[in-house]
Amino acid sequence: MAGLTINGVTKTFGDFDAVKDVSIDVRDGEFLAVLGPSGCGKTTLLRLVAGFENVTSGDIRIGREIVSTAQGCVPPEKRRVGIVFQNYALWPHMTVAENIGYSLKVAKVDAETRKRRVEDAMALVDLKGFGDRRPANLSGGQRQRVALARCLVAAPSLVLFDEPLANLDVHLRAAMEDEFAAFHKRTGTTIVYITHDQAEAMALADRIAVMDNGRLAQLAAPRDLYREPANEMVASFISEGIVLPAKVLIPAEGGHVKVDVLGQEVVVRCRPDEMRRAEAKICCRGPEISAAAPDEPGIDGTVRRAVYKGGVARIEFAPDADPSVVLHFEQPDPNPFEAGARARVRIASGWLIPGGASA
Amino acid sequence: MTVVVAALIVLLSILPMLRLIQEIFAPGGTLSTAAISAGLTNATTWVATGNTLVVGFFGTALAVILGTSVALLVTLTDVRGRSAFVLCYVMPLMIAPQVTALAWLQLFGPASPLLKMLGIAPPLGSRNPLYSPEGIILLLGVQYGPLVFLLVRAGLRKLPRELVEAARASGAGWFTVLRTIVLPLMTPSVVAAAALAFVSCVGNFGIPAFLGIPANYLVLPTLIYQRLAGGGPAVLGDAAFLSVLIGLIAMAGILAQEMMSRRRDYRISSTSLAAEPYELGKWRVPVQVVMWCLIVLILVLPLFGLLLSSLVPGYGIPLTAATATLDNYRFVLFEYGAARRAFLNSFALSLSAAAFAVLVAIPVAYLVAWSGKKWVKYLNLAVELPYALPGVVLAIASLLMFLKPIPFTGIQIYNTVWIILYAYLARFLVLALRPTISGYHQIDRALEEAARVAGASLFTRMRTIIFPLVAPAALAGGLLIFMTALSELTVSALLWSSGSETIGVLMFSFEQGGDSNYASAISAITVAITFVLMLLANLLAAHLPSGVLPWRD
Repeated sequence: MAGLTINGVTKTFGDFDAVKDVSIDVRDGEFLAVLGPSGCGKTTLLRLVAGFENVTSGDIRIGREIVSTAQGCVPPEKRRVGIVFQNYALWPHMTVAENIGYSLKVAKVDAETRKRRVEDAMALVDLKGFGDRRPANLSGGQRQRVALARCLVAAPSLVLFDEPLANLDVHLRAAMEDEFAAFHKRTGTTIVYITHDQAEAMALADRIAVMDNGRLAQLAAPRDLYREPANEMVASFISEGIVLPAKVLIPAEGGHVKVDVLGQEVVVRCRPDEMRRAEAKICCRGPEISAAAPDEPGIDGTVRRAVYKGGVARIEFAPDADPSVVLHFEQPDPNPFEAGARARVRIASGWLIPGGASA
Repeated sequence: MTVVVAALIVLLSILPMLRLIQEIFAPGGTLSTAAISAGLTNATTWVATGNTLVVGFFGTALAVILGTSVALLVTLTDVRGRSAFVLCYVMPLMIAPQVTALAWLQLFGPASPLLKMLGIAPPLGSRNPLYSPEGIILLLGVQYGPLVFLLVRAGLRKLPRELVEAARASGAGWFTVLRTIVLPLMTPSVVAAAALAFVSCVGNFGIPAFLGIPANYLVLPTLIYQRLAGGGPAVLGDAAFLSVLIGLIAMAGILAQEMMSRRRDYRISSTSLAAEPYELGKWRVPVQVVMWCLIVLILVLPLFGLLLSSLVPGYGIPLTAATATLDNYRFVLFEYGAARRAFLNSFALSLSAAAFAVLVAIPVAYLVAWSGKKWVKYLNLAVELPYALPGVVLAIASLLMFLKPIPFTGIQIYNTVWIILYAYLARFLVLALRPTISGYHQIDRALEEAARVAGASLFTRMRTIIFPLVAPAALAGGLLIFMTALSELTVSALLWSSGSETIGVLMFSFEQGGDSNYASAISAITVAITFVLMLLANLLAAHLPSGVLPWRD
């Protein structure tokens, strides 16, 4: 077991920075999710940690050992990390038991011990009795579990997951999520989990590192990420946050501040040191928006679209004050909003996005 | 690994070519244009060059017409029995050119057992009509038509069906679609196929050797052979010049293809299912009959003729139930010492070349397919070179390299079987490399990465993960090499010496000495071996990337 320290790592391909000055400290035994849209550099980060690519600058440490610097790197076969690949990467010419026992065989563990440890690993992922099967004869979920067993049999210090659920259907995903959580609890291994699925990351991770264009946008616990995004990218990326221009009217007091959003005065959460400023942005989410009576404070505008989703309708609302922004929220039945109609909505709360560029 | 591989490729591909170029510009180590001007002023050079171009052009034209028409019929229409037809049509490509030549000679000559049976044989002593440029062109067309067929068929398979359907929806009939949509889009495939056929035609030795030498119609490869056979190492400089000349003609063909395909953008943007086959309706049966007649003409009859001649007791004797004999087979298999030696040599040579190529192809293909380094592209090109250029070029280059003992070791491989082995290794490596590379492209690289994180070193990964996964493709390549090398003639005709005869050389010398029946018996044996090997290779087919076995549809 060991922690992972990524320190100021940059990786350049040609003149393209795939990863730019990323620093992440993963504690021993922590479950860290790396989340981001495709092309954000998360897979490159995983390959840097695994040792398939070397850093252009910065360094990576696993436990106390420095494994990557710009001068050189420990090859993947010497790092003692486990990887669960997106498409499992099970060797088709070997049986399940041979797949799982491969790393022990390579390490010249004697046959007796090997057999016992392979069986233990298979029992741990509920695959008892599958040892003689070939990967081709397994279902998607079973293959995933073989991949898991193969990686834990060597007791790696660090396990990397590369979008392991991307190829599974929805039902299986939920089941495998539980499986991963149980796996983490049982083994206490440090895990770095790459995904583009927010729900997955939120459900599993202790902390989430959001990446954007090769940079680390924010590193925080799931709840903080949702409630207190550090910048616009994270605000709009997580759970379809709505980013609105706002004016801070008075300095912060007790973690709250009064702002003017599209003509409505709203009290929003904020960092304790926020000052009065004109060009601010707030992040609010669907549940914080609701219909307003004509005499209540609110925002006037037009309903762009109303899409019925069963039990609720998704409303897209264009405020008169700035028709280019869209407020969207879910309205439970009965739905008073109709596409094209005039309406008035109210923002109940929100989060003032910190002004500085720092995360 | 990288260094070993690179060194090997330099030794096999780059050194011989450099040595050849040195001989032209600086024979004996000093710069001089003597070799070039001597070659340029010799009249036979120009006659042979002219002949080479004539048979090259017309042979290519015939191959393109035959191969393209067959590809269009087989791919775009609903003819039946496609895979059997493809197997038969591609067969001549698997048979050595000199065997094809011999088979056709046996079919049409005055001594033809078949014509004699039918009572329409020309009188003995009359000239075989195939001893002529037309004969050479015909056989080159038959031999390399399948090559064009394979490339054009691969192109046709990538033709998206929407393009054809859109044209038909616009009101175009089948022939209009063919003329205005299919053929224009197939230009790159046809041009590439033509270039390949041209290179093969001008470099071919077996066919002009069997058909041209008796008529004193010399092309460059046969001219080189005659010069060397007559003059020995003394005329090597001369031969080097001629072989570079063939190399230049072949390269001109490839360059012409490059220029042609750059003139217009033929890229097909979408991928989709292949077009629905065109229903021939009442024409289906006649078309099928014509296609199978073609098979009978270019495959069945010649092989039948070959078989019959191998059973005839002597030249010109008619074949009947009473005269048929297996004596020819007994003689070449058991009685004639040189023949037994040739069989042994050829088997050993093809087996070692195949085994070596498989072993080398796996690491080389690893670099080519997965390393992503830029210089690897040139490595791949270097391996292609000795096969892309006519075999005569490599043979002469090998002679030049090994005429003197190998520096520092004093080992002399000139005039031994080892020089043939060297040339085979250099020439045929690419036949195993190509399928192995496409084998790698079918494997998910994560399989190797998974083994890496499991702690396996490069060698362990090669042995336990990579080799088992690419082995079928590499072995199929090895099999192709074995088949090609077994009755190879072009290279060994120039490199053999007493004691290092090959099957190809034996066939050639029997035929030149007038012992066609012995030559036919040997040819029949090699054709049978080729058949068996093709069947064996079919067993691997399920594990192979498509296109590795050319005769599989």
